[in-house]
Amino acid sequence: MKVMVAVKRVVDYAVKVRIKADKSGVETSNTKMSMNPFCEIAVEEALRIKEAGRASEVVVVSMGGEQCVETIRTGLAMGADRGLHVITQDSSSLFPLAVAKLLQALVSSEQPRLLLLGKQAIDDDCNQTGQMVAGLLGWPQATFASKVSISDDKESVCVEREVDGGIETIQLQLPAVVTADLRLNTPRYATLPNIMKAKKKSIQRVTPEELNVVIGSDLEVLEVTEPPKRKAGVMVASVDELLDKLKNEARVF
Amino acid sequence: MASSSWKWKWRPLSKLARNFASSALVIAEHGGGSVKNGSISAVAAAAAALGDSSPVTLLVAGSGGAELDAAIQHASSAHPAVSQVLVARSPLLGQPLAEPWAELLVQAQKKGNYSHIFAASSSFGKDVLPRAAALLGVSPITDVTRTIDQHTYIRPIYAGNAMATVRFKGSGPCIVSIRATSFPAVPGLALTGVGHPSIVDFDASSLSSGAIGKSKWIGLSSQQTERPELGAAKIVISGGRGLKSAENFELLEKLADKLGAAVGASRAAVDAGFVPNDMQIGQTGKIVAPELYIAVGISGAIQHLAGIKDSKVIVAINKDRDAPIFQVADYGLAMDLFEALPELVAKVPSKRL
Repeated sequence: MKVMVAVKRVVDYAVKVRIKADKSGVETSNTKMSMNPFCEIAVEEALRIKEAGRASEVVVVSMGGEQCVETIRTGLAMGADRGLHVITQDSSSLFPLAVAKLLQALVSSEQPRLLLLGKQAIDDDCNQTGQMVAGLLGWPQATFASKVSISDDKESVCVEREVDGGIETIQLQLPAVVTADLRLNTPRYATLPNIMKAKKKSIQRVTPEELNVVIGSDLEVLEVTEPPKRKAGVMVASVDELLDKLKNEARVF
Repeated sequence: MASSSWKWKWRPLSKLARNFASSALVIAEHGGGSVKNGSISAVAAAAAALGDSSPVTLLVAGSGGAELDAAIQHASSAHPAVSQVLVARSPLLGQPLAEPWAELLVQAQKKGNYSHIFAASSSFGKDVLPRAAALLGVSPITDVTRTIDQHTYIRPIYAGNAMATVRFKGSGPCIVSIRATSFPAVPGLALTGVGHPSIVDFDASSLSSGAIGKSKWIGLSSQQTERPELGAAKIVISGGRGLKSAENFELLEKLADKLGAAVGASRAAVDAGFVPNDMQIGQTGKIVAPELYIAVGISGAIQHLAGIKDSKVIVAINKDRDAPIFQVADYGLAMDLFEALPELVAKVPSKRL
């Protein structure tokens, strides 16, 4: 069984983002970029499935400009077998619908039995791509996964999901789409020998045209602005002073 | 007060709305015989975006039975903007599985030709809406916090550190999930039944697509609590790594009980196993906007702040004076929480009846 994992290159989670002066977006040049944390968890899960003897190959895919190759290499250094890079010129208009269509095309040529993604990218915070590609493929979906167990016969997958009221368990027939939540696993670090080995692994380049996908968009980002700032607060010296302020100044009691 | 200013604010838009013949379908999540607050907020958001005079259809679906009937009753009086309650009954809709629900939305959309589909940005809404959007061939807009006009919305990106104004320019429907805390469910008007919507049955007997039947709902394990729901609570008290153990969370719970507050947690507290995951507040957990948020032993990482920034008053208790949480707190108390909490419990006015 082949597992495909979609990974995204995003501004590192610890970076405090700066808005561009022309309000066209967030500054990404000279900014530390990394693999989206949820994508790392998805890669780790794919590797664990392979190590448990449930999968034969793990393929990492990413969409975007040249530098996406670094993100794919990170996945290969973690232990994935090979990479696929859909090279696009302008990744700013690459909304989840376009990514889902590209993934759908890759799935039809690669024929994986399981497509793993992160539950959301920490830049656009959309939380859409996995659900959309599942819909396009007509596959069942399990979002926000915190536990994934492939059945012995590799015909189904049992997934525990983090939902508003607790933990929900569902079972899907394979092939299926699963999106990873934070608590699914703790991703491994790539060791230096594995980083070296990853340089020899193959990354195949394809264009949207070769996949017969037209990247148009029915969305337009008009502007990106700073969120409203909270006014500076005060430090209080004691519990009594705090309660006094809450009662007489903030009037919440 | 909130309801009157809300009405006044959006009246000018309703004139605009008439020119477009807009209409919204809103997904009603329900449980225990009532429509959830988040879905009523979604109705409020639809009314705000489309204008008061545009028809809003609330879709209530389930496998049937008394609970569904009660939810239909509640739906018909849940918000004055609701003009129709669309009822779908099918054994496939008894559980929150994305495959049949997305198909139901597609069928309802094909029949009703709505200009918009709205839902709350809950775990269910996030699961179903993008799937339905893909089936309808359009891009959804998720977690909207403000409406500008029928096709222009503001949503937070980068963990709330930037706000994106996004315009939908497709031919429709425009699919939107809303952050419930940003659209009050108009409590004064709820339950008064001023709208008198019609109740219409939707034939869901032909729900079928490649994916239906390929997923099976096994069960839900939940923590029963008597405290208010996190997303709707007026006061939220949450704890982080500083609490040091699950047992120490009882200190927070004592304070929460006295104030009638909900209890939340940072990711660190959840990962450490102090509390279950559905209590996590932040970018990837729940978003809260209570009147009072008390953060205890929480440093204030970007990802946590994303979930609390819209709280009216933020209080931080942390012994580390340099903790980033103090930069967003209205009132900061640099004190050991194990001293501050018992003192607070003893001194706060009890809000419990």
